[in-house]
Amino acid sequence: MERIVLPQIENFNQIEVYLANGGFESAKKTFAKTPDQIVDEVKKSGLRGRGGAAFSAGLKWSFMPKTTDKPKYLCINGDESEPGSFKDRQIFEDNPFQLIEGAIITCYAIGAKVAYLYIRGEYNKWIKLMQKAVDEAYARGFVGEKMKETFGIDFSCDLFIHKGAGAYICGEESSLMNSIEGLRGYPRVKPPFPAQRGLWGCPTTINNVETITNVPAIMKNGWEWFSKIGAPKHPGTILFGVSGHVNKPGVYELPSGVLLTDLIFNVAGGVRGNKRIKCVIPGGSSMPPLRGDQLEGVRMDAESLKEVGSAIGTGGVMVMDEDTNLLKVLIRIAHFYHHESCGQCTPCREGTGWMEKTLRRIDEGNGTSADLDLLISVANNIEGNTICALGDAAAWPVKFMIARFRDEFEKYVNKNISIPVPNKVHSMRGTAIPLTEIQK
Amino acid sequence: MIFKFTEENIKRIETARKKYPTALAAVMDTIYIAQEQNGFISNEVMEEIASVLGIDKVNVLSVVTFYTMYHTKPMGKYHVQVCTNVSCMLRGAYEIWDGVKDKLGLDHMKVSPDGKYSLEEVECMGACGYAPMIAVNEDYFENLNKEKVFEILDSLK
Ligand SMILES: Cc1cc2nc3c(=O)[nH]c(=O)nc-3n(C[C@H](O)[C@H](O)[C@H](O)COP(=O)(O)O)c2cc1C
Ligand code: SF4
Ligand code: FES
Repeated sequence: MERIVLPQIENFNQIEVYLANGGFESAKKTFAKTPDQIVDEVKKSGLRGRGGAAFSAGLKWSFMPKTTDKPKYLCINGDESEPGSFKDRQIFEDNPFQLIEGAIITCYAIGAKVAYLYIRGEYNKWIKLMQKAVDEAYARGFVGEKMKETFGIDFSCDLFIHKGAGAYICGEESSLMNSIEGLRGYPRVKPPFPAQRGLWGCPTTINNVETITNVPAIMKNGWEWFSKIGAPKHPGTILFGVSGHVNKPGVYELPSGVLLTDLIFNVAGGVRGNKRIKCVIPGGSSMPPLRGDQLEGVRMDAESLKEVGSAIGTGGVMVMDEDTNLLKVLIRIAHFYHHESCGQCTPCREGTGWMEKTLRRIDEGNGTSADLDLLISVANNIEGNTICALGDAAAWPVKFMIARFRDEFEKYVNKNISIPVPNKVHSMRGTAIPLTEIQK
Repeated sequence: MIFKFTEENIKRIETARKKYPTALAAVMDTIYIAQEQNGFISNEVMEEIASVLGIDKVNVLSVVTFYTMYHTKPMGKYHVQVCTNVSCMLRGAYEIWDGVKDKLGLDHMKVSPDGKYSLEEVECMGACGYAPMIAVNEDYFENLNKEKVFEILDSLK
């Protein structure tokens, strides 16, 4: 399988090696086209955002106004703070120049003169690596004024890194823009959308790091090539970050639509100690969890995961084995969202606190079955009633974890229930051999 | 105590300023530079940041207090951060957290009397596939267990 975002070429993060393998040729080729053509091709390629919502990248670009006297901006989102996500840092480390090439192509396509690459503050090491790569790209005339000469075009753009300072909410696009402007990272009410009024009130496009890194490959090999990789409605490869109770956790680039069981058992080496799986969160901690007995046949792309009641999110797959205490996991998740809520909207600010408190009460042995219903009702009251999607992100894990693992949660609130064989219902195969084969 | 940026840092701030159309946008970079020079962001430091950028002190204050990586009090020479979020938790982060708390005799956001260590329980650091992890100041240490963490702590001079 060809890798698009993280090619297996040694020292690809060195500019000489990148250039020797056709680096910046794609930009050169692309600059001969009109911006409209590029937007159209990216649209037809089917590239969807890798930052969580899987929105069509080309469509998003097409929202940028063509005639405006205001400057336009590109923001590249490398805040990467969703628990379970650790893929963008692999791009910073292994393929910084393709990200830079993607940035200049995107700037050209949407007419932006400046791109900001927002990287979370904790990634100090990766910020330094990225800054070094950006400096080299400037020195060689691939970014900045010298682009005009290098590519023989009447266009140039700048690329600046903006260092975050520890706030998950700044990954949300409007909060990210406030953070770049030097304000508190409070999400803005939408509409107006960023393409209308973004950074400093100017038209702005925000895309994830991985999304942008795909762009040079699409321009080089054509949209048709890209659209045929993986799942037709969500084509391309995806960087899956597998963590938790697997033998070989890590970042794996695979075609979209890969079987979740393949990813876990073949690619990530299966579950530690050959235990069975109780629960998998397929796309970072905000996404609805799947039961161990729900995994068979599940494919890892936006549409397939939607069908089974979850979402692709950031592709961060968290695997939990049969001995996991889901109450403790859910408390930790609820604590995270409570801690990260910016406090602007009452349902989110109060609701996240209530959910954490109620879950802790259950953990202390003072919960009842009614508390479980209360939790679901609090989650329902947050969902859809807030300024930004952190509210939904906080509500989903609570709502779906309890609904899908009600049997287990009943056990936590009712000491008289004992499940002698833990997780009998959730039990799945513990090997790479599909269940159907075993049953034969 | 009066705080003044060093000449070199003034230059760095000027470079940061050039990235943005407004001075306010350079505030985050400037706070980082100040924190590097002073160790933490005091009232005087905020005043200096405001005056160097020509912005209101209240703007500096509101940013400093929003983000967790800016400290308004001195932290230890070694700021130890333990991630206890889900992926780390599944691989033993709470044993590490309890162990470190015990060993250093500190709790969340506390500093040792000699100023050598401070401790923080942090949210996901983007190292979930290499869990459990800790960070000391800006450096990540990954694929750990309690013994390895203790070795790291013992190696800090
Ligand atoms: C609370 C919250 C946190 C988010 N964090 C990130 C993040 O760290 N990185 C990211 O790319 N997108 C994040 N997003 C999604 C962004 O708002 C935005 O949709 C995305 O960056 C768009 O890029 P894409 O279309 O290329 O996916 C977050 C959204 C929310 C609501
Ligand atoms: S939903 Fe939560 S995080 Fe988002 S704006 Fe409202 S309070 Fe802030
Ligand atoms: S959960 Fe610890 S680094 Fe992500």
